[in-house]
Amino acid sequence: MHLATYLGLLHGSLRTLADAFREVASGHGDEPDVRLTCHTLANRIDRQAEKLAPVVERYGEHREAEPERLHAAGLDSARGGGVGLLRDLQDLYALTSFTDITWTVVGQAAQGLRDTELIQVVHACEQDTARQLAWLKTRIKQSAPQALIVG
Amino acid sequence: MSVPLRSATLYSNGYPFPLLTSPGWAMPDREFRGSRAGYRHGMDRITEIWGARTPHARDTPWPERVDLQLADGLAESDVDSWVQSACVLCSNGCGCDIAVKDGRVVGVRGRAADVVNRGRLGPKGLFGSWQAHRTDRLTTPLIRRGGRLVETDWDTAMAEVVRRSQELLRESGPLSHGFYTSGQLFLEEYYTLGVIGKAGVGTPHMDGNTRLCTATAAAALKETFGSDGQPACYADVEACDALFLFGHNMAETQTVLWSRVLDRLEGPDRPLLVAVDPRRTKVAEAADVHLAPLPGTNLAFMNGLLRELVEHGWVDRDYVSAHTIGFDDLVATVEPYTPEHVAEICRVSPADLRRAAEIFGTSRRVLSTVLQGFYQSHQATAAACQVNNLHLLRGLIGEPGCGVLQMNGQPTAQNTRECGADGDLPGFRNWDNPAHVEELANLWNVDPLTIPHWAPPTHAMQIWRYAEQGSIRFLWISATNPAVSLPELSRIRSILSSDDLFVVAQDAFRTETTELADVVLPAAMWGEKQGTFTNASRVVHLSEQAVLPPGQARSDLDIFLDYAHRMGFRDRDGNPLITWKDPEGAFDAWRECSRGRPCDYTSLSYAELRGGSGIPWPHGQERLYTDNVFPTAAEECEDYGHDLLTGAGVTPEQYRAARPDGRAFLKALEHTPPPESPSAEYPFLCTTGRTAYHFHTRTKTGRSKPLRDAAPEPWVELSAADAAGLGVEEGDVVRVESARGGVEVPVRTGRCRDGVVFLPFHYGYWDSGSGEHDRAANELTLTEWDPVSKQPLFKISAVRITRKD
Repeated sequence: MHLATYLGLLHGSLRTLADAFREVASGHGDEPDVRLTCHTLANRIDRQAEKLAPVVERYGEHREAEPERLHAAGLDSARGGGVGLLRDLQDLYALTSFTDITWTVVGQAAQGLRDTELIQVVHACEQDTARQLAWLKTRIKQSAPQALIVG
Repeated sequence: MSVPLRSATLYSNGYPFPLLTSPGWAMPDREFRGSRAGYRHGMDRITEIWGARTPHARDTPWPERVDLQLADGLAESDVDSWVQSACVLCSNGCGCDIAVKDGRVVGVRGRAADVVNRGRLGPKGLFGSWQAHRTDRLTTPLIRRGGRLVETDWDTAMAEVVRRSQELLRESGPLSHGFYTSGQLFLEEYYTLGVIGKAGVGTPHMDGNTRLCTATAAAALKETFGSDGQPACYADVEACDALFLFGHNMAETQTVLWSRVLDRLEGPDRPLLVAVDPRRTKVAEAADVHLAPLPGTNLAFMNGLLRELVEHGWVDRDYVSAHTIGFDDLVATVEPYTPEHVAEICRVSPADLRRAAEIFGTSRRVLSTVLQGFYQSHQATAAACQVNNLHLLRGLIGEPGCGVLQMNGQPTAQNTRECGADGDLPGFRNWDNPAHVEELANLWNVDPLTIPHWAPPTHAMQIWRYAEQGSIRFLWISATNPAVSLPELSRIRSILSSDDLFVVAQDAFRTETTELADVVLPAAMWGEKQGTFTNASRVVHLSEQAVLPPGQARSDLDIFLDYAHRMGFRDRDGNPLITWKDPEGAFDAWRECSRGRPCDYTSLSYAELRGGSGIPWPHGQERLYTDNVFPTAAEECEDYGHDLLTGAGVTPEQYRAARPDGRAFLKALEHTPPPESPSAEYPFLCTTGRTAYHFHTRTKTGRSKPLRDAAPEPWVELSAADAAGLGVEEGDVVRVESARGGVEVPVRTGRCRDGVVFLPFHYGYWDSGSGEHDRAANELTLTEWDPVSKQPLFKISAVRITRKD
């Protein structure tokens, strides 16, 4: 069973994602809404990882080298300026999308295993992930014209 | 009156503060009989802020009481003419007549026929509305030459504005332009500015200082009901059995509305009053229950109230299932907020919370009002939405005495919102609905792509950020004074002073802002120009021109029209974009724009508005939603809504899938900790606010001697315990300082809860007589805003206080 591999992938990507939100928050302190919202969302991602803990305990967690590679790089440090903000938000969007589809995959397995607890965890976390994507999209759409045309 | 003065010794002037021991509400004037007689003279309305009482019973009309103030030595019979208007010194919009003698404004008198005030005026209206006309006005355009502002003529000033505007449009396009306006112009001016910005220049960067005062009211109404529009009316004060004031120090912010409440409180069947405010205000003193949640915890408090309603079954289940969506999510969200849990977060008594909930849950008719205590604080939109939710759970909306007044801070803020001079499209249209954009494009005969609608119009705090970053390089500021009213003033001064930013400032006076501008345009004031405006309860008034503006000053409308003309804005057929030339023409154009929208003005006209009372839109309707159908249908709504936590937009597809179809949204959210809380270094929480004697940055009220003398200097309010802990006494000067800046002000003790301090925000530097930036409360406020309404968080700054010896 490869669920443990995917749980490892999910767990790792949640940590990466939370770190990335925090990195963008601290790197764009002059954009107060970005800083605050990224912190709020990072804290909620921590909670997702906590919810995953009992599941990991049951199924184990296996880290493969290959999926690790999928963890998007590039958020070691935030970029500067309007276009930099846009690119950082885009990177967050890509990372969040990766987490989103990973939850979907795990959720499908949960259905197959008839694991009610995991189904509930996935359901709650998918909603939270949708919220992250929605905010990122809203903020990116707002920023893009200014950054690309007069930034 | 916010002042807990134990003695009148703090300032030695001719106008003593009203003393704590003689509040107007506690001393009904038993001699007062009849509805009008004898009231025009004889009471000091500086000390008696709310005037004499006219108590009356529930469901009886509020009696008339005509208030009058004339220049010294003049009697009513000396006045040449009385010119119809309404007061513009708070959001109440009291109907009044301007007294004119020898071509000058010499006084003001309340209009007995007006539904808003029945003849009454507050101290600001009586003493601040007209006295500034005679003072140090801007009478000629100014232009910056060699680093200094020098006098010039209109042609030179406007040519410079147009030259820079056209140059930037050629170089960088419309996104280089920002317009930052006011809540104090007239409808005709906003609509004209809206069309210039959205269809002429084509920039999304338009907002008003209404972002600072009323954005959350609009946001909460949109999130819950689908569209802006005040559900209740002021006459609901006459009909209610219980009245809840959420973060609303009505006794100071809308003194005439508070008189209206006092007249019920002293009448035979007094409504129960609940005040939610961290300070012991006059409202709190008059209340049956006063709850003082810590600043930053309003949402937790509201969740606690809602939970009590659910827990005790004070819910109209039939109403909720027929007219709302989201009940189950709301119940799940508020479930953890037991009175004890709320008490821990908010530091209020669980028993008081239970009592307040019981009053809301069991009173037959409940009226709620909401203002800056909620709007300028953490989780503002979410908290304001919970007030709407309380009413929806009980089905208390759209009937006499039942409803919500999501208040405005400024007299014409409603029009900024309606006309598209702020971060909205005109006529409460939805920027994300192509059909709405098409309607505007057809109306203005422009390409829909000219009208920016790829995102919501840019909110003020983002406009200032773009200016700071240098991507907005042309900023036109009209009728507002951001160098005193925006948060973190050192930052604002630095943005305004930047060489890369071309600043146009249009005002009636030289202000802290005009001094940093490149071109200053002298504007006519109230009484010197004609136009309409709409108060917080949707009542529209016509304000006629009584006198000529001084010197070369022009109406804001004429200035905008001149810019449009010089810029040569054209429609699709090459005809002038703006076809009107005067206020009435602008009003008629606006009527067409509003046709069929929730704020439909088509049955109003200048002729209709002359003679009697102000008239509410739409079509004279007192209350909205009397049929319990809300404007949430996807085709009709002003906004598809947001995630209250992050401000993420709801997509049109998601919105349609929810099938609101006329039902209201019960949106809920958990409490999160505020972005700033007390620390070892900054151990106090500072809130900012208002006094009854001043309006905004005092450009008008500071030039009225009685008002200036009543509150000449800023102060800080501390609790008695905190003052003792700091070793300071009444009148001692302290430095109140955040991580961003500070002020040096004398202490007043008494009204705040321990750990919370209060600063009035009105004071700037034009009359400080010193070059130091140590007087404006916004030196220390923070650049943060609500994720949905984008209203700045003026109410929660962590500060430290040190004694100045």
